Amino acid sequence: MNITRRRLLVLLPAAAVAWESILAGTPEASPNYAMTEHWWSMLIDIPKCIGCGNCVRACQAENDVPDGFFRTWVERYHVDDWNLANPHVISPDGGKEGFSSTQDDSGKYFFVPKLCNHCADSPCTQVCPVGATFITPDGVVLVDQKYCLGCAYCVQACPYGCRYIHPTKKVADKCTLCYHRITKGLTTACCEACPTGARQLADLKNPNDPIHAFLKTHSVQVLKPQMATGAKVFYNALDGSVR
Amino acid sequence: MRIPKDARHLFRLAGLFAVGTLSFLVIRSFIVPRSFGQYGHYRGASIAEIAAHPVHFAGHQTCETCHADVAQTKSSGKHAQVNCEACHGPQAKHADDPSIDPGKPDTAVLCVRCHAASAARPKGFPQVDADAHSNGLPCQTCHQPHNPAIAAGGSK
Repeated sequence: MNITRRRLLVLLPAAAVAWESILAGTPEASPNYAMTEHWWSMLIDIPKCIGCGNCVRACQAENDVPDGFFRTWVERYHVDDWNLANPHVISPDGGKEGFSSTQDDSGKYFFVPKLCNHCADSPCTQVCPVGATFITPDGVVLVDQKYCLGCAYCVQACPYGCRYIHPTKKVADKCTLCYHRITKGLTTACCEACPTGARQLADLKNPNDPIHAFLKTHSVQVLKPQMATGAKVFYNALDGSVR
Repeated sequence: MRIPKDARHLFRLAGLFAVGTLSFLVIRSFIVPRSFGQYGHYRGASIAEIAAHPVHFAGHQTCETCHADVAQTKSSGKHAQVNCEACHGPQAKHADDPSIDPGKPDTAVLCVRCHAASAARPKGFPQVDADAHSNGLPCQTCHQPHNPAIAAGGSK
């Protein structure tokens, strides 16, 4: 074929468009799990938490979390009488090995397990300059570690302190809500290991999930509601001193 | 239409611009991952990559397929709602290949982690001062961990 200049000008963009569609390929099919049918969250029942640290250890074992970093951790609050504004909060090694016993009967004590809130309108995903962190169609905030630059904007943006830069990978790391488990029909490692049922994975889109009955009859709260992050980790009987 | 003689450089410029735009599009198609934008402003394929991470905790349903007897013992006791791997740790490897030793949990560490008396624990939760309670004897002397009530199998 005799390629004239005119023909080349027509052919080149057409070839570019064709190449683009070849590169795009077909989207991967996930046969047993439909992302659009779930909207994941978690329920934390504070009066049930005994501060054993099982969740922290389970998370580290399941997700190879490096020592000294935490995707979930447990805080022990001690609120002295009326002084809600100044609670004494401790979390030795994230509560991984539990907490030392105390016989101090003043004020009140309670444990607050924390993890990523998998916010529906998360500040962390909004600040990512490269699209390496995002909320999935089923409501889990994830980090694409192959795409992350390690700039740590998201680490600063998270109001709950749930992210860190992985010490060897040098990219952002955080709770995945055990996405590799929940998409296989398992619960998260922390929920599996919790001996008292203080943590429960919940699917808000599943009308048969026990969370709906629980939410109807209990006073639940999310952390820092004033931040309007759309947090999806619901705390039962959360004390006003918790921040 | 008559093209002024001194306008030819404009055509060259336009041609250069077209080539530049085209090469931008071609290079971009190589650099941007295929699945970027599939669900949003991110690489769609990363979801499947994260979902493919290995599982370490097998889940109590898996344990119970072989250890139905233990599940039965557990079901009538105070530890009915405590999942196997809460004490035994991650056992997916053992579940895949039962010849792998699941290890035996150390009750000296395990029991007190939950049951050591502390004012910080919920009031209704069973707690003991381990030293005063057992005089140094291991917990399982009296309490069978799968069903800890003394009447259920331990001996006083």
